[in-house]
Amino acid sequence: MQTADCAITRALREPEWLTHASGAEWDAVIRQGRRASLLARLHYALQARSCLTNLPAAPRVHLDAARVIADKQAIAVRWEVGKILTAIAQCEAPLILLKGAAYHMAGLTAGRGRVFSDIDILVPKPRINHVEAALMQHGWVATQHDAYDQRYYRTWMHEIPPLRHIRRQSVIDVHHAILPETARLKPDPALLLAAAQPIPDAPGLFTLAPADMVLHSASHLFCGEFEHGLRDLSDIDLLLREFSAQSGFWEGLVPRAHQLDLSRPLYYALRLAAQLFATPIPADVLHAIAPCRPSAPHAALMHSLLQRALAPDHPSCRGPFSPLALGLLYARAHWLRMPPHLLAYHLAHKALLPPKQPG
Amino acid sequence: MNIADYTLPELRRAMAHNGVHLQTGIFSACVRSTIPLVAEGIHQLYADAPVLPAEQFADFHVTLSRPANIRRWFKPQVVFRFDGFSPFKPLPVDQAFALFEWGLNWCISSHAHQYLMIHAAAIEKHGRVAILPAPPGSGKSTLTAGLIQRGWRLLSDELTLIGADGLIQGIARPVSLKNQSIDVIRQFAPDTTLGRVVKDTIKGTVAHLRAPTDSVTRVLESALPGWVIFPKYQTNTPATLHPMQRSDAFMGLAQNAFNYSLLAADGFQRLCALMDASTAYRFEYSNLDEAAQIFDALAERRNADS
Repeated sequence: MQTADCAITRALREPEWLTHASGAEWDAVIRQGRRASLLARLHYALQARSCLTNLPAAPRVHLDAARVIADKQAIAVRWEVGKILTAIAQCEAPLILLKGAAYHMAGLTAGRGRVFSDIDILVPKPRINHVEAALMQHGWVATQHDAYDQRYYRTWMHEIPPLRHIRRQSVIDVHHAILPETARLKPDPALLLAAAQPIPDAPGLFTLAPADMVLHSASHLFCGEFEHGLRDLSDIDLLLREFSAQSGFWEGLVPRAHQLDLSRPLYYALRLAAQLFATPIPADVLHAIAPCRPSAPHAALMHSLLQRALAPDHPSCRGPFSPLALGLLYARAHWLRMPPHLLAYHLAHKALLPPKQPG
Repeated sequence: MNIADYTLPELRRAMAHNGVHLQTGIFSACVRSTIPLVAEGIHQLYADAPVLPAEQFADFHVTLSRPANIRRWFKPQVVFRFDGFSPFKPLPVDQAFALFEWGLNWCISSHAHQYLMIHAAAIEKHGRVAILPAPPGSGKSTLTAGLIQRGWRLLSDELTLIGADGLIQGIARPVSLKNQSIDVIRQFAPDTTLGRVVKDTIKGTVAHLRAPTDSVTRVLESALPGWVIFPKYQTNTPATLHPMQRSDAFMGLAQNAFNYSLLAADGFQRLCALMDASTAYRFEYSNLDEAAQIFDALAERRNADS
């Protein structure tokens, strides 16, 4: 079946398989993994199981090459985060890293070999103007020059328009919440900020609390960001496995999801992670989240759509219904992001007054 | 099985259906195309290249096809796709084979980070490689094309690949000649196989020269670096080598590298080791016979020393 349960998913779920996979199977793994930005992560997974030396040379070099890029990015992120820390030192705001940068800097398994382009940070809303000004003073400039886009971000979204460094070209997304202000689901940023945790041995740097990291990733994945869907679900798998060792993590996860209004995304995340990556999830957690599932037909439809949307964007795992599934989920995501009158206004504006192309 | 074992119609059919799994040194590419010029170019210029079984792992899956719009029929174009992704704008269909060559270069230079990759030609004699980095227009490909007719083994005319072991790995693909150098090589070596001459590309008039059979059969023999030589074609100038500071040559290589900064400390160390094993020169020339004499003298001297 052409779904997310494809060759790269199997490779991450059971890396030992690759020590005896055929040439054609390797072909699918490398091609899908390249498209889904998962080759460097696979390299780490194979290394952790001491399988690297038992692999055929031809596909192995593609994993090595992906690892080179990931290693360079790890250096670059560390450097960039240091620069951000210096830039906002006077802002009286904690530097809370989100997603990729957070996993990297906190030394989590999910950070190893994870490639990403932007650094996401979370700032208390009252401090966001100070932080933006400080970043601008240090060379980061707005990427969205269109007045409507500026207003779109600043009035409705959960972040200010992305800032790009004028020399290094690095991009920062400065957030004050994890979902748009107009979205149906309303995770309270104050709760996230209050629970943020310092990164040991990295003065001034914070991540969200473990449960909040999982919930944040789930919220994006199931509110319409499928471009790196499989990578994000793999993040969730690795985060859950790593946090399993922390006492109180599993007990706190479902109550925290209720508190942050993210139970439904958590339901989908747990279910798909268990199915695709065989994430070990305690039975009582599955029992506790079960009431959050939608009605049976709704659940079956969503499951079928998500299975297709999470597949890497590669012909080997995209079928005739994939575009439809993505289209429906995209429409659903917009529906969840904005109330209908705002959505209608936004789409009408984009249709009638398309932004001018530079040059 | 080699490309030469196919007749042209057989190759055209195979490429149009399941694709042909072409090996070029350490890389292999599964090439699919219904465009006759692609099959013709490969048939003519890759005759010695091995063909691998379709089910074997391929490094790159590439297609060259007509776009699905009016340009399929009207002033037809060709699109290069790497596993479904198109890194370039479509080109006139006349340039299909050149686009295949540029596309395959792109595949290698944007993925093969197991190597330090330098935009330079690499040729070998007596076990030592001369690396010729240079910007377009400096006569690098002409010099390469000339020397491989005079006993130097072609590793690559565009991509010098430096492995973690310090050895240079060849790919032995056709040499890309531009503008006047096409006629220069025709006169210098009338017996060589030159592909179709294509006019008005972004690089001017382009033709590809088939790699010598010996270079293709020995392509998996990697070799130690010996020289780093920055060539410059200068009209009416006698062929001359000017010794060059290693530090300058190092910087010149770094500037011409595709992934020097990506490899970080490893890239620095590989370049250091390369410069330790090499002597560096600037080289001016206007005549290929003179150039060949000077290069041969270099190789003989090094061979005598070792």
